[in-house]
Amino acid sequence: MTVEIARHWRLNAQRYSLVGEECPTCHDKIFPPRDVCPHCAEAAGPDFHFSGKGEVFSHTAIYNAPEGFETQAPYTVALVKLKEGPLITAQLTDVQNDDVQIGMPVEMVTRKLAEQGDEGLILYGYKFRPQLAAA
Amino acid sequence: MQGGEIIRGLMRDVSIIGIGQTPVGEHWSRSLRHLAYDALSLAMRDAGTDRVDALYLGNMLSGEISGQAHLGALVADFAGMRGIEAVKVEAACASGAAAFRQGLMGVAGGYQDVVAVVGVEKMTDDVGSKVTAGLASAADADYETVHGVTFVALNALIMRRYMYEYGLSKEDFANFSVNAHANGANNPNAMFQRAISQDTFMKAGVVADPITLFDASPMADGAAAVILCPTELAREFSDNAVRILGSAAATDSLAVHDRKNPLWLQAAETSAQKAYKQAHIGPQDIDFFELHDAFTIMAALSLEACGFAEPGQGTRLAVDGEIALDGRLPIATMGGLKARGHPVGATGMYQIVEAALQLRGQAGKNQLAGPRIGMTQNIGGSGATIVTHILTNNLNQ
Repeated sequence: MTVEIARHWRLNAQRYSLVGEECPTCHDKIFPPRDVCPHCAEAAGPDFHFSGKGEVFSHTAIYNAPEGFETQAPYTVALVKLKEGPLITAQLTDVQNDDVQIGMPVEMVTRKLAEQGDEGLILYGYKFRPQLAAA
Repeated sequence: MQGGEIIRGLMRDVSIIGIGQTPVGEHWSRSLRHLAYDALSLAMRDAGTDRVDALYLGNMLSGEISGQAHLGALVADFAGMRGIEAVKVEAACASGAAAFRQGLMGVAGGYQDVVAVVGVEKMTDDVGSKVTAGLASAADADYETVHGVTFVALNALIMRRYMYEYGLSKEDFANFSVNAHANGANNPNAMFQRAISQDTFMKAGVVADPITLFDASPMADGAAAVILCPTELAREFSDNAVRILGSAAATDSLAVHDRKNPLWLQAAETSAQKAYKQAHIGPQDIDFFELHDAFTIMAALSLEACGFAEPGQGTRLAVDGEIALDGRLPIATMGGLKARGHPVGATGMYQIVEAALQLRGQAGKNQLAGPRIGMTQNIGGSGATIVTHILTNNLNQ
């Protein structure tokens, strides 16, 4: 299990702060970051910090959870369209599944993603909640 | 030479000279190796051969579910063929057709003369949550699966957006399921052999909204196999060989969120267009289509990407009955993934075996009237690997 720490640690910037990239050639904003821009196939560029604001592109509720997520079920997952362009897959939080709608404004928050049993890792990362009205 | 061009002249034409399949279902007394051998031995008997030069195995989850990697050597040895070249091919749910394509390339390229391809999957050897997690490993582990996303959920995300953008309701998808179950009722190898009504479809319980029980194909055990050889040798083995007219595979982003348009199966379009070009035909020449209806939404997207319907119009073919056995483009003629069942890594081989049955005139009560050209399409993951084949019973090159 300890070996798996590096697998998650190396994604800290993405999981905790939505750090992606901006392509220096076509200027597309990229998340998750890659070595090669998926749109123009040139080397992808410098870090780009996403605002964490976006809207629900699509959503569903999961009742039959995969191993490791059973205790969270039911939970809502969504494709969120970030303000800067890319889609991102994440859970929605602080909202009832029935209240979620396509187009709903959401914002990134940091939450517990999964617990790997008594001796395993506790993973934290981004989820999205409805944007607070006064924010 | 441009990438992607085909140097047909350097390749041998290839045909299917034997087919075999096990019933799809829960095979509690048969293991992975038994199932693979069952289908393989049926195909070899059908081809009238007692030897093959190589064995290609399509399988996704043997390591995750049965703790068994190295499937090529295992099955070759178990089948009494110790010594031959054998390898497992993995491309998630597209493993079956991907393995078939490897076999085709082995024969076409002249490396082997007689090749066996087996798709096999054993899904009932572990509990549901483990199998669900195994299936989810076909998605992006760092950016999809870590959020608790399942395969049903990815399809649900696509389906909800599709219904939203094109103003569709659940009724629009019903006939994909009704048609598959009607056809499965006459397939003795299908997991579900009972017809369902539109009402049953509409009243089914939610799996992951908007996907309900009758949108989704069932997990199952099963194996299906073919024997391949050069077309010029096919008549020595078989008087009902089926020739491969087109074969192409393409990829898309592994993650749904990385696609420019998550409602378009680009790899389906790319692989279908390549296969059409090889066969010198277009979608209007296809007599029937064994598509990858793991979920009703995938059937709609596949029809659109392959040129049978405009974007957003895929469900019209179902609503208008054009996908029925007597329609303009029959699909899932032996039940499809929905009713025949979806033993993931074996599914692509079931599609090819079923297409061969239609082209050989051996599809029983579901036999189409004199089909000449059939197409199969096997989809891996949420559309990241898509393999398309075009088959004919006309052996004249």
